[in-house]
Amino acid sequence: MTTGTALAIEASGLGKSFGRTRAVNGVDLAVPAGSIYGVLGPNGAGKTTTIRMLATLITPDAGSASVLGHDIVAEADAVRELVSLTGQLASVDEDLTGRENLVLLGRLLGYSRAAARDRADELLEAFDIAEAAGRLVKHYSGGMRRRLDIAASIVVTPQLMFLDEPTTGLDPRSRNQVWEIVRALVGEGTTILLCTQYLEEADQLADGIAVIDRGRVIAEGTPGHLKASVGTGSLRVRLLDPARRDEAAQVLERSVGPVVAEPEPAALSSTGVDAERAAIGVAELARAGIGLAHFSLEQPSLDEVFLALTGHAAEATDDEATTGPATPATDTLQELS
Amino acid sequence: MTTTTPAPTTAAVRRAISSTPRPPRPGPLTAALAFGWRGMLKVKHVPEQLLDVTVTPVMFLLMFTYLFGGAIAGSTSAYLDYTLPGLLVMSVLFTTVYSGVALNTDLTKGVVDRFRSLPIWRPAPLLGSLLGDSVRYVVAGTVIIVVGVALGYRPDGGFPGAVAALALVVVFSFGLSWIFSVLGLLMRTPNAVMNAGFMAIFPLTFLSNVFVDPATLPGPLEAFVDVNPISVLATASRSLMAGEPDGAAIVVSLAVAAVLALVFIPVTTRLYRSR
Repeated sequence: MTTGTALAIEASGLGKSFGRTRAVNGVDLAVPAGSIYGVLGPNGAGKTTTIRMLATLITPDAGSASVLGHDIVAEADAVRELVSLTGQLASVDEDLTGRENLVLLGRLLGYSRAAARDRADELLEAFDIAEAAGRLVKHYSGGMRRRLDIAASIVVTPQLMFLDEPTTGLDPRSRNQVWEIVRALVGEGTTILLCTQYLEEADQLADGIAVIDRGRVIAEGTPGHLKASVGTGSLRVRLLDPARRDEAAQVLERSVGPVVAEPEPAALSSTGVDAERAAIGVAELARAGIGLAHFSLEQPSLDEVFLALTGHAAEATDDEATTGPATPATDTLQELS
Repeated sequence: MTTTTPAPTTAAVRRAISSTPRPPRPGPLTAALAFGWRGMLKVKHVPEQLLDVTVTPVMFLLMFTYLFGGAIAGSTSAYLDYTLPGLLVMSVLFTTVYSGVALNTDLTKGVVDRFRSLPIWRPAPLLGSLLGDSVRYVVAGTVIIVVGVALGYRPDGGFPGAVAALALVVVFSFGLSWIFSVLGLLMRTPNAVMNAGFMAIFPLTFLSNVFVDPATLPGPLEAFVDVNPISVLATASRSLMAGEPDGAAIVVSLAVAAVLALVFIPVTTRLYRSR
C-alpha cells in the first residue's frame, strides 16, 4: 500500500490556459497519502482543470506535478495505472446498462470475461444497484448514476481517486450514501482528491482543504482552521413589527456585531456569528421586548468563506466551460441550506 | 439527518473495495474488442439506429433501377446487373459517415474521460468502435444484396462472389472510416460532421462509375472518374460479383484502404488524446 508520510500528490506552480483564459494559474498542492483532500471553490475557479491535469487528461503548460511518485507528463501511463476518475459529468456510458458498463471496464482493466462479470455483480450488489443492473443508465436516478460511477472507478481499487463534485445535484439522501461510500474508500487506504463547491461537503469529508479561486490556491488548512477564519455562520432574525427594526438593529449591534438590514422589511442579519453570541443576541432582543417571528443561525456559505478570504464574492465565471464537456445546468453556485 | 439509509452498506462496499487483486494489463486486441462489443451493445439496445443504414440505400436502389434504369441501360434488369455492385459500394460508404458522427456524439459525454484515463493501448477505443461499426457495414451491404436478389438480380459469381464483394467493400470502408473519425474529432457538432461527410462522399460517389459507364462522359470528367478510388472499388466489386475477379482493381482497393488506415490511425489517436 502506501507509506506513512508520503505525499500522494505534489504539485507546484501548475498552470493551464485555454485560449486567452488562464484557467489554472500556479496551483501548489501537497496531498498526504491515505487522506481525503478537498479542493473547494466556485464554478470556474479552476478545480476541474486541475483535476484533469492531475488525471493526465490534459497536459499542463506550466509547473509540474507528481501523482503517487510519478510525473504526470513523463510517466502518464504509470499514473493511469494507479488512479481513477469520477468526472463532473457521470463518467459512465448512458446507452449501456449498469452491468454492461462495469463488465466493459473490467475487460478494459484486464479481467477475463467471467471474472469481469463476477466483479460487476459484486459491485452492483455492494452499491445497491443490483435491481437496476439490466436497465440503461440513462434511465437511472441521479443517485444511482453517481453510485455506478464510483463503482466503475473501483473495478480495480485505485490508490488514488479523483472525485469531481460527486454530490452536485443530488438529494440529501443520495448525498449521504455517496459520503458513506467515500468514507469507506478512504478507510481501505485509497487517497481521495475531492473537488466541491460545498463547504459542508468539504467539512464532512476532508482532512485538509485547499480553497481555490481564479486559478490559484488562496487558503489551505483543516476544515476547522477554515471555519475559524470565517466565523460559524450568519444569524438571521425576522421581527413581528417591522417598525421596530432600527431599535432591534441597535440591540443586536451591541451583542453580536455589525448588522445588515435585509431586503425584507422585518428582517436583519449578521454574519460571522458563533452559536453562543447568537443566543445572547436573541435573548437581548427578547429582553428589550422586541417580538420575533423567526430566527436562524446558518452555516457559512461558500460566498461567505470567499468574502472572508478574498474580500470579494465567489463569482461563477465561465472559465470551466472551456475545460471540457458542458457544465450541467444544475451546477450554479448555491447557498448551503 | 432525519433518515438513515441502510443501503449501500458500508461493510459491503468495504468488502468490494478490498477484494480486488489487480489483473494484468489487457492486450491491445482484447481492449479493442471490448470497445467493439460496446458498439454492438448500443445497436442491441437501439436497433432502430440500423434503419438509416438500411432504408436509404434501398430507396436509392429502387429509385435508380426503376426511374433511370430504362433510360440508362435500356431495361431495368440490365441496369440492375450493372449498378447493384456499385450500389453496394455506395450504401456501405455512406454508412461510414455515421462512424464519425457517432464518435463526435461520444465526445460530448463524460465516459470518454474515463476511457482516456485508463491504462490501455491508445488506439483501442477508436479501433474498437470502428470494428463494431463494421458490423453495421455488413448489415447495410447485405440488405442491398438481398433486396437486389429479390428484384431479380442474379450475380454470375453466385453466393461466393457476393460475399467476396461485400468483404472487399467492408474492408475498404474500414479504411475510409478513419477519415470520418478525424472529422468527428475536429468538428464541433454531430450535425457538422454529417454535413461535411456527405458533402465529400456524395459527389465522390456520383462522380464514379457506380451509376453510369464513364465512356459516355466528357473527356476530363471521364479521366477523373477513372482514377476515383470509388470507381476502382466499384469495378472490383462488379468483377467479384460477376465471378471474374479483376486482380488489379482489388489490389488497388485494398492498398487505398491500407494507406488511409496507416495515415489516419496515428492522426485520430493523437486527436482523441488531446481533445
